[in-house]
Amino acid sequence: MREVSTRDPARSLTSTVIRRRVQEASELSILAFFGAMISGIFVAAILFLEEVGRMLVLLGRSLEWLVRPPFRYGEFLRQMDFVGAQSALLIVLTGGFTGMVMGLQGYNGLHRYGAESLVGATAALMLSRELGPVISALMVIGRVGSSMTAELGAMRNTQQIDALASMAVEPVQYLVVPRLVAATVMLPLLAGVFSFSGMLGTYIISVHYLGIDSGMFMSGITQYVDASDITHGLAKALVFGLMFSLIACYKGYYVTGGARGVGVATTNAVVISSVLVLISDYMMTAVMFGST
Amino acid sequence: MLRLENVHKRYGDQEVLRGISFHVREGSITTMIGRSGGGKSVLLRHLIGLEKPDSGSIFIAADDVTRMNARDLNKVRRRFGVLFQDAALFDSLSARENVAFPIREHLKLSEKEIQDLVDDKLGKVGMLRHADKFPSELSGGMRKRTGLARAMALDPDIVFFDEPTSGLDPVTRGAIYRLIEESHSERSITYFIASHDIEGALEFSDEVMMLYEGKIIAHGTPEEIRHSTDPVVHQFIWGSAEGPIAID
Repeated sequence: MREVSTRDPARSLTSTVIRRRVQEASELSILAFFGAMISGIFVAAILFLEEVGRMLVLLGRSLEWLVRPPFRYGEFLRQMDFVGAQSALLIVLTGGFTGMVMGLQGYNGLHRYGAESLVGATAALMLSRELGPVISALMVIGRVGSSMTAELGAMRNTQQIDALASMAVEPVQYLVVPRLVAATVMLPLLAGVFSFSGMLGTYIISVHYLGIDSGMFMSGITQYVDASDITHGLAKALVFGLMFSLIACYKGYYVTGGARGVGVATTNAVVISSVLVLISDYMMTAVMFGST
Repeated sequence: MLRLENVHKRYGDQEVLRGISFHVREGSITTMIGRSGGGKSVLLRHLIGLEKPDSGSIFIAADDVTRMNARDLNKVRRRFGVLFQDAALFDSLSARENVAFPIREHLKLSEKEIQDLVDDKLGKVGMLRHADKFPSELSGGMRKRTGLARAMALDPDIVFFDEPTSGLDPVTRGAIYRLIEESHSERSITYFIASHDIEGALEFSDEVMMLYEGKIIAHGTPEEIRHSTDPVVHQFIWGSAEGPIAID
């Protein structure tokens, strides 16, 4: 039996039209939403590429001015002192305590399997391959990277960079090159200091506090740690040094927006550098060490 | 000495310089007046070579600075000095070291000769007593005087001033103009001043020009500018709220 509709045909037509309009509108809004999202991603990608491009241009200009006279040895030494010597105490402290923690935790973990003699080797591998370059980079970014961005940003805002240029002094050569060189040279040294302090911390805790035999501790290190572990770790630190100093200098050198702009640039420089250190660390680890 | 031909500059939608052309005589004091934010500093940055125009030429003597590479531009820059709006002293260096900076960079002199030259320059602007102070320890007027000494350190042929008297009390303002006049009388240097200080412009300049909406709308002697019939110039000179210049 055919079902007879009891609804008013006019009302039924109206509701159908409304439903269709609502459906069309929602389809439209979904399309608009996806359109906006895709265009947003596209614009963000363009801006990102533009930023990376400008950063690479600054790197290119720095390399060009690195090999052109005058060579500003005084500025190089001043920056090396600031990046390296003045960070040394911080690195010794953080490295030492990191090593001490590794001694305690390594012992707790390895003791369960009766392998506490491997505490030294484990700590040495972790420190030389990973923690030395990564933590010293993060420490130096906090202390030096932020300062580089803020200093160059303040100089830009107060026309000191323009003043340099107006006095026929190339600002990139005077300000950026010494900072890039100092960070690239000094960070591997600091990473080495970090690893050494860390090993000292691990040794003190393992041998003098937890009672692991000194000979076993040392033989584990010589047995499992290769020279390439140390050189690869230092190579990572070199890349981190160049990367963070380039980002810090770029953000400060091209700052806009007054005092607030300097604050934003400094925060961005520290955050971007720190994140990139961790991302690039994974990539370099995958390439250098693979599954070894 | 300084010649501009049809200089245009646009930032996004805004055309800041719209066909600027003028000529500045060698050894003259020329002041460009105009409203704050009207493009004076932008034009000055083009003259110094800190920015390149979209089109047009800027000649310093016979050299077109818009078509130079960095090395050639630096050679031209050694011939001029710049006093920036807030002096732009290097805040990590003392007043003495600020003045010594361009000398150390470009002249091969012994340390004693450098210090003698710096003392001479600082003495002329009355800053010898404060030579060892850092910029953060100096007043606005002292910073400008130190900036002037630094701008004059290499005995330039042309000096650019960006708002040399802005933010100064009347006495210090007068002292800065006196220093400009004195240094100008010693050597025939070309001075180009960007300022909205009308009184100073009309009193101390050989020529005055007015920049308005990206164009030079008047250029002449102070007397000609003072008696200009152009309603914009007239309103600006007399500081009237009524007239064609719209208040933002």
